[in-house]
Amino acid sequence: MSARSVRARLTPYGLILPAWLWLVIFFVVPIISMLSVSTMTGNVANGFTQTFHFSTYANAWNLYHTQILRSLVYGLIATALCLVIGYPVAYWIAFRGGRHKSTLLFLLLLPFFVSFVIRTQSWSFMLADHGMVLNAIRTLHLDGVLRFLHIISSQTTILQTPAAVIGGLTYNFLPFTVLPIYVALERVEPALLEASADLYASKATAFRKVVLPLSLPGIFAAVLLTFVPVASDYVNATILGGPNTTMVGNIIQTLYFTNLDYPTAAALSFILMGVLLIGIFLYARVLGTEDVFEMATA
Amino acid sequence: MNDPMNTPPDLLRGLTMPRISRRRALQAGGLASLGMLLAACGIPAAPQSKLGLSAARKQIDKFWLAQKKHGQLNFANWPLYIDVTKGGDHPSLDLFTKQTGIKVNYQEVIQDDDSFFGKIQPPLSNGQPTGYDLMVITNGVYLDLLIQLDFLTPLDQNRMTNFYTYASDLVKDPSFDRGNVYTMAWQSGITGIGYNINETGRELTSWQDLLDPKFSGKVGMFGDTEDLPNSALCAIGVNPETSTPADWKNAADWLHKQRPLVRKYYQQDYIGALTGGDLTVSMAWSGDIFQNQSSDPHLRFVVPKEGAPIWTDNMCIPAHAQNPLDAMTYMDFVYQPKIAAMIADYVNYITPVPATAEIFKKNAKQATKPSDRKYYENLATSPLIFPKPSEYSRLHRYRVLSESEQKVWNSLFEPIYQS
Repeated sequence: MSARSVRARLTPYGLILPAWLWLVIFFVVPIISMLSVSTMTGNVANGFTQTFHFSTYANAWNLYHTQILRSLVYGLIATALCLVIGYPVAYWIAFRGGRHKSTLLFLLLLPFFVSFVIRTQSWSFMLADHGMVLNAIRTLHLDGVLRFLHIISSQTTILQTPAAVIGGLTYNFLPFTVLPIYVALERVEPALLEASADLYASKATAFRKVVLPLSLPGIFAAVLLTFVPVASDYVNATILGGPNTTMVGNIIQTLYFTNLDYPTAAALSFILMGVLLIGIFLYARVLGTEDVFEMATA
Repeated sequence: MNDPMNTPPDLLRGLTMPRISRRRALQAGGLASLGMLLAACGIPAAPQSKLGLSAARKQIDKFWLAQKKHGQLNFANWPLYIDVTKGGDHPSLDLFTKQTGIKVNYQEVIQDDDSFFGKIQPPLSNGQPTGYDLMVITNGVYLDLLIQLDFLTPLDQNRMTNFYTYASDLVKDPSFDRGNVYTMAWQSGITGIGYNINETGRELTSWQDLLDPKFSGKVGMFGDTEDLPNSALCAIGVNPETSTPADWKNAADWLHKQRPLVRKYYQQDYIGALTGGDLTVSMAWSGDIFQNQSSDPHLRFVVPKEGAPIWTDNMCIPAHAQNPLDAMTYMDFVYQPKIAAMIADYVNYITPVPATAEIFKKNAKQATKPSDRKYYENLATSPLIFPKPSEYSRLHRYRVLSESEQKVWNSLFEPIYQS
């Protein structure tokens, strides 16, 4: 084989090398080292040694499955809310934005210029018992209705209830839902809508049969990008939550920093990752795709 | 430690490889051997000192003799824990720089002991400097751990003149650091009950007031494994320092009984909730309440009659610090009554220098504005800043826990604030 052909054969590998290195250094190595920590035993003073102690996983699940399940439920509700709120926003920007599209997208991203924690903290000021939201509700005498709907507790508070945490999660992750849907809708040819009108489709039918199916890849990516970080978030539960809204992220943080129990914290992270991956693959099946990655990058 | 070659190969395959072709198996093989290396490493234990006491003392003296002043001090402290002007200057630090020529890089980076420990532990266990020459750590689990792991630099006892002249009995030779080998107190405080008397409609006197259904949904508690359990032990009439696992169980039961009334298990954010009206009554730190009383005169602080935890935040020098002599100089500097008064005037916690009371009395006499006079009179006579020796009998240190006790303790108390 000539030197030239060897080089030609190696060139593609050389070109993908940086990407591989990136993946190995920042993803594979940390994840394998965490995986190995999760089966170690010991303590900070005496060090941790590898003993392949797999029952850490069972113990972690037994102790903390409530918080894992709660995180999934909060994640599902917040993701659903994000879709309900985000889809019309994306639709409006894509089809009605006109020359203001980029301005509108910029406005959507504007909150990201302020720290995540600060934004969540400002929610806690607004939702406080004497904050502007509850004051307005009391002035308008809406508190009875909201109490009936269980959005505010029997003592007329919002802060420290599940509603506050889910609200915060929805608010914080909304742009992650809007952007992928927008990208998918942007690609829908307006001519297709005209064509469906020519074929006597009503506006609703055209949306159901043309626009919605074409935006499915966007919805898939949006759900993925929203649900995963929402389910592992701990900031909203810390700032807006109460005694019964602890999420699995809070537990992992406590295990890691307060208890210095690195193995259990690592095991719990992997359980969460496993549950999320299973959920995502099931979801991909339901949407009728064989290959998640094809779907997400379509 | 396990030999990497003894790792069951089928297990590794299961962990690292999906169902794969031969080509991909070869690629994954490279990663797997990397994984085995990592798996075999473990996380090392802290090195143990094997010196005798007198040899250790000689080593310490030798260490300090070799140190030179560098003119730089990197100081890690908690937020709002030193005197500050409206412009953001710290007059006591400026005075220090003027007198000693040592520049202070003052950083308010400590939010709580546990996450700060999490930050400094990795470099310290690798024998590297943390970037700080001086830090302030509360007595308790993390200070014990820092001492036990050899993560602190023993102090130069010859450079503690002001300390031994002016320090109060509370902070000299404390139970958590006999002989002040590693630490000198920064400030101390009491964990008690803070409340808004307008909302409660009565004076509170006891931990049992936290069980009053009248305050349901308006009660704040601390979400931690020090103040919450130790206060609960006081509440059931047990001295935390000598408590037994059976007592812990009872204290946890007390907390479970109280849990339905609790709005949230707070960190530092309880004070905003209390002044903002989200809370009527809360577990509180004495200095926070005193600081906020000027803007919110209905705030009260009570040391419950059953007793309460007292804690001390301590200055200490992390191992491998780059400017230990500059840190040592500063630690003794703040024990001059004049400097201690500058800090106590602002932070309102229990000062380690009782002689500051005289300075406050003098300030009160010289004050031109009546409001200033009243402020300094309050400071000089406040039992929250200068507790009387008779009150000390009701104040208890945190329970010191062994490694195995810590596990039991955490498993009893963590589910209360995280469930």
